[in-house]
Amino acid sequence: MASAPTIDPAFLDKDGNPLFHLEHEPHHPEGSSTMLGFWMYLMSDCLIFACLFATYAVLGGNYAAGPGPKDLFDLPLVALNTAMLLFSSITYGFAMLAMEKNKIAATQGWLAITGLFGLAFLAIEMYEFAHLIHEGATPMRSGFLSAFFTLVGTHGLHVTFGIIWLVTLMIQVAKKGLIPANQRRLMCLSMFWHFLDVIWIGVFTFVYLMGMLR
Amino acid sequence: MSAHDHAEHGHGHHDHHGGHAAHGTMGSYMIGFGLSVFLTAIPFWLVMTGFFANPQTTAIIIMAFAVVQIVVHMIYFLHMNTRSEGGWSMMALIFTLVLVVITLSGSMWVMYHLNHNMMPMSVGDMSQMP
Amino acid sequence: MSPHPASENSGIWKMIFGRLDWSAIPLHEPILIGTFAMVAIGGIAVLGLVTKYRLWGMLWNDWFTTVDHKRIGIMYMILGLIMFLRGFADAIMMRLQQAMAFNGSEGYLNAHHYDQIFTAHGVIMIFFVAMPMITGIMNYIVPLQIGARDVSFPFLNNFSFWMTTAGAVIVMMSLFVGEFARTGWLAYPPLSGIAYSPGVGVDYYIWGLQIAGIGTLLSGVNLIATIVKMRAPGMNMMKLPVFTWTSLCANVLIVAAFPVLTAVLALLSLDRYVGTAFFTNDMGGNPMMYVNLIWIWGHPEVYILILPLFGVFSEVTSTFSSKRLFGYSSMVYATVVIAILSYLVWLHHFFTMGSGASVNSFFGITTMVISIPTGAKLFNWLFTMYRGRIRFELPMMWTVAFMLTFTVGGMTGVLLAVPPADFVLHNSLFLIAHFHNVIIGGVLFGLFAAINYWWPKAFGYKLDTVWGKRSFWLWVVGFWFAFMPLYILGLMGVTRRMRVFDDPSLQIWFQIAAFGSLMIAAGIACMFVQFGVSIKNRDKLRDTTGDPWDGRTLEWATSSPPPDYNFAFTPVIHDNDAWADMKKRGYQRPLSGYEAIHMPSNTGTGIIIAGLSIAFSVGMIWYMWWLAGLSFVGILAVAIGHTFNYKRDFYIPKDVVERTEGERTALLATQG
Repeated sequence: MASAPTIDPAFLDKDGNPLFHLEHEPHHPEGSSTMLGFWMYLMSDCLIFACLFATYAVLGGNYAAGPGPKDLFDLPLVALNTAMLLFSSITYGFAMLAMEKNKIAATQGWLAITGLFGLAFLAIEMYEFAHLIHEGATPMRSGFLSAFFTLVGTHGLHVTFGIIWLVTLMIQVAKKGLIPANQRRLMCLSMFWHFLDVIWIGVFTFVYLMGMLR
Repeated sequence: MSAHDHAEHGHGHHDHHGGHAAHGTMGSYMIGFGLSVFLTAIPFWLVMTGFFANPQTTAIIIMAFAVVQIVVHMIYFLHMNTRSEGGWSMMALIFTLVLVVITLSGSMWVMYHLNHNMMPMSVGDMSQMP
Repeated sequence: MSPHPASENSGIWKMIFGRLDWSAIPLHEPILIGTFAMVAIGGIAVLGLVTKYRLWGMLWNDWFTTVDHKRIGIMYMILGLIMFLRGFADAIMMRLQQAMAFNGSEGYLNAHHYDQIFTAHGVIMIFFVAMPMITGIMNYIVPLQIGARDVSFPFLNNFSFWMTTAGAVIVMMSLFVGEFARTGWLAYPPLSGIAYSPGVGVDYYIWGLQIAGIGTLLSGVNLIATIVKMRAPGMNMMKLPVFTWTSLCANVLIVAAFPVLTAVLALLSLDRYVGTAFFTNDMGGNPMMYVNLIWIWGHPEVYILILPLFGVFSEVTSTFSSKRLFGYSSMVYATVVIAILSYLVWLHHFFTMGSGASVNSFFGITTMVISIPTGAKLFNWLFTMYRGRIRFELPMMWTVAFMLTFTVGGMTGVLLAVPPADFVLHNSLFLIAHFHNVIIGGVLFGLFAAINYWWPKAFGYKLDTVWGKRSFWLWVVGFWFAFMPLYILGLMGVTRRMRVFDDPSLQIWFQIAAFGSLMIAAGIACMFVQFGVSIKNRDKLRDTTGDPWDGRTLEWATSSPPPDYNFAFTPVIHDNDAWADMKKRGYQRPLSGYEAIHMPSNTGTGIIIAGLSIAFSVGMIWYMWWLAGLSFVGILAVAIGHTFNYKRDFYIPKDVVERTEGERTALLATQG
């Protein structure tokens, strides 16, 4: 341990002496940490969902003598909803491909379509919720329904913020074009959007499909 | 060779690629989409038609489909690989998955035993409890 | 709430002020009114002085809107110290109450007030003292240790600080408007549910923690990205200074644990605001799920608190033993193992809940296992000291006090890890003594070591040793007086959070504990005198070298205080004791060839969003829905508006760098 450490030959000067500083500022591309930082934020968000899933797993059987999943869930509707989210995923992918080719109009077009699919998803979810509440299956009815509405609703809330963000970015792309900062932001939103898809896989499998098997 | 180059080589290495995580191509997006449609449709079909008489079989199969589909999304849509960000994204993902498993299975295990010890009753009774 | 006067019950009042009315002002509590008067007079005096000396512009431009990690670090420390006074005031009030309330005496605190005090003490000490101070130190030191100019996301850093402060403001507001939670620091339901705590106390608790939690989470993301992406060339992971390593692990834990707190508090809010049935006794709720979830956050949290201080002790031990740290890689692995294991022990906080033998044994064993890497660390420090030339300066004294105190606390922790023993000791004063033993002996002593160690770096002069030693001895001796009696009382079966006692034979132990807490009070006073005396004598205590302790890591390579850009040239690293290595090889500081340096610009967005968050929380706490709605829209608007600002950086011109470095050259030349 105490012996002199060996030196990476890359950090020696012409005479073989170690360099202790760089003569010129290294080029730190702006926003070079953004993707990693955003990914870590997503991981933390993933743990929020983990808690909601855990709560659903623990409370999901407590119907308090009220309705259970088989009485409430409408699988064709959920399938339609899932389709909306899947379509929005691929259209966001097309937006990213257009962005890489620096086609502003195509990027904006695909982003708009993605936003519309997102809105359709939200509308179907709202319809489902309204229907459940109308039938008396409110979040207050039982531990099962509290956990259900919170888990699915939190996902929906994320989609809502995603759409607000998407609109903001479309305005920024319209104003500034596909400059590096905007490209970076679009890539962050891309991760966010696809991440919500991944969460939805958990929701439709764990909540809806498994609920029907109970 | 100047020190500047070294910086780019040694330290600047992941910085350079950091801003541009791996991209997909038209082909990879379409493969991902196709697989997702397939992996979503099958579980829905299994549950909606009641293909297997035993719900437990169905449950295990659709869980497996979900896991595969999550991996598909990670690869084709989120472009996860072991190289992006010098492996840090993958490490963060694996760490998170471990914690998700601990949180989920730990909570279920703890709470199941709690209910078993403190409220000995069947699931059916539980669902009827006010 | 007490009955409202008829006029205040009218619809329009309710619409504007929600459930806020005059009864929320605690006029019947003389202690609170006295405190309020003191705070008000002090506050007005400070505001008056700032106005008189025209400091507002300076404060706003150089501090409130700053994105400089060093200034933000200092602001975190100030926040922590102020909140420490509040938290300690709560502590000493409890000690006095418990020493008095015997033989039919009710003491001087009524139950309503006493319950708020023990809740506030815990909440404030953990969330608004320990967390800001460790975040402050990490913020200040980590970028310097890795040779970076700032953190990865400088604006986010400013924003995180103000969100933490906003949380502290919300908790402090509860002192004078309404009440604080009376539930204990983790607010277990069903007690914290709307049925049993209908007042505003728990809502203050929830919103204070949620707002501060956002700040904590973002600063965690920020510091991880900084450590991963901004290291100087040559600094691979196994050349990171140990403090940076432990900070990295602590921040990973922050990012992984705080979402759980956010989620569980959100569920509690839903129960309280919407009437859902997560943690209720009826309608299929399960209060134990709250306990389960909150400890999934809570146990990593204690390691979030202690890990960075393990790093501090490592730096201090190695510096003041003038030796390389013994077993660097074992230290790193021990830290990583502790970080992972900290996720597998949460149930030991509720062995008595009734999960049964299999579950309890698993968590008992994991808890005992976690003491192994911790023990390894202690031996590493001891072997570092062994045959070192130890200088007993203040940071080293705190470190030695830590080793002795923390070891005792750690061993009582292993006792508690045995489930059958825990059934006897659960929620007793033995537990209280145990966690104060590790938190004071570990976290606080570590923070004091860090303050004494890095103060010269932050301000350019050392702290006064006479008052420092007075503070040290009063603290250490006071600690043992204050907490050893609690171990004994706990073994005798006294439970925590009691306000009055029947058994007169217990009183003497509470009086000894109260005496200890008075000694600690004197120690705190000496610490503030130490700061004052040092500021007054700063010219005598001045250090012009930037390296007063013969340091070993990179932060000592630059001037004290460091320039805005930290290092004129990006350093290149060959060894994990980078600065010791540079000194050994006769490194010469470059005197020419400076370049303009790229830096982030200041912004007021952080403080504005934090202010709106306070307004939002007040709206939610008092049911002023219009205020909550408006502030939420405001937060969104300001946040989105901020993203339309693309110009977030500037260059420090070459001649400014030249001038700054020239001054340092002249200063170093006077050293001879």
